[in-house]
Amino acid sequence: MSGAPRTRTVVLALLRKEARVELRTFESIPAMTLFSVTTYVLFHFGLQEDSLTGKLASGVLWVTLLFAAVLGINRLFVADDEQGGFDAFLLSAADRTALLWGKALALLAYLVAVEIVTVPAFALLLLGVGIGQALPGLLAVLALADLGVAAIGTLVGALAVRTRARDLLGPLLSLPLLVPVVIAAARASTPLLSAPAAALPARWLLIMALYDLVFAVIAFALFDFLLED
Amino acid sequence: MATLAALELRDVVRRYGERTALANVSLTLPEGATLAVLGPNGAGKTTLLRMLATLLRPHGGELRVLGRRLPDEGWAVRGRIGLLGHEPLLYRELSARENLAYHAALHGAPAGRAEELLHAVAMERRGNEPVRTLSRGMVQRVAVCRALLHDPELLLLDEPRANLDPAAGDLVEPLIGRSSGRTRVIVSHDPAGALAEADLVLGLVRGRPALLRAADGVDPEAVAELYR
Repeated sequence: MSGAPRTRTVVLALLRKEARVELRTFESIPAMTLFSVTTYVLFHFGLQEDSLTGKLASGVLWVTLLFAAVLGINRLFVADDEQGGFDAFLLSAADRTALLWGKALALLAYLVAVEIVTVPAFALLLLGVGIGQALPGLLAVLALADLGVAAIGTLVGALAVRTRARDLLGPLLSLPLLVPVVIAAARASTPLLSAPAAALPARWLLIMALYDLVFAVIAFALFDFLLED
Repeated sequence: MATLAALELRDVVRRYGERTALANVSLTLPEGATLAVLGPNGAGKTTLLRMLATLLRPHGGELRVLGRRLPDEGWAVRGRIGLLGHEPLLYRELSARENLAYHAALHGAPAGRAEELLHAVAMERRGNEPVRTLSRGMVQRVAVCRALLHDPELLLLDEPRANLDPAAGDLVEPLIGRSSGRTRVIVSHDPAGALAEADLVLGLVRGRPALLRAADGVDPEAVAELYR
């Protein structure tokens, strides 16, 4: 009989498994990226505009990234549910929060990978100001928003995947919870994407950081119960 | 010294909504013994196995596994149970080795255990191929490795020889058979085979115990009656 494994070992094993499955199936990142880029192309032609600035630019950027994130959230636990990964995990002596950490980090990695492609695509297709000057501030906003999406998405994904209506329940639960993230991220990004660019508003960054923290604590407290029968 | 009970069930009940899947199941199984669970489709055999594995909560009665009361002390027995069910619990896109490495990390199993088991079931040559490309029998052999990685004290086996040809059956016999020395619960649709392996027989019909007897005292006619 083996002893209980260290949480860090289990999280790393989960991340390795997630990376392998994603690299072999291409189920999440390509779909999220394609959706985002296609949406920016549609906005480019739909708005008949290739030089958005300020609030409009910020709104288009964040609403698109939010919907792309929902695609990833919906797929996050599907392989585990369909191929017995949940049962296998629950049968082990591993600390159940390791699954939360592993999945949240995997979702975070997906979001970062998607943004590496889609933010430059957004700048190219729609942005009316140079992104170079805004980039350091925008990276801070992206990082805080991604942390919030990862915490909320992992919680909602685990809840929705074990229901029959998971494709409906995932977006229905995650979108309202992600609205504050989008509001704060859009407000924080607006000055950065304006002409002339203004300073990054610290207030919205702080609100995002607090929201992330609250949901990280909620996810940590509830995740064990979500896995129970 | 008295033999400790590996399983103790007292009037265990499990429901799915309004439907009672299992009712009034009581039995005691000593350590190292084998329980065969027989019964027609939908009798509650898999539900019982999943409850013993801590994956389902009992809705009534008292359930002790390896001396621990479930569900309250489930944490203490997880990692001491090996489950070989209908599903292999393997990721289709990963190879057998990658799957076993992942499961070994979940269980804190020693390095080299996976390779030792793959060798035991003669899967070391196909161990790098994705599970989705393997035959059902090969997947079952890898699933046997997965269930045994952490050297469990209690084995829960649902049709363990399903999809295995006679040669593969011989390969897994020392691992999951009586000679493994583990406490075992076997769900089977092969009454003759199960009776030959068992110390105790539980027959279920529509979720209720219809037969509970030492295997050497079971009348074949009583077993046949379970399926009528």
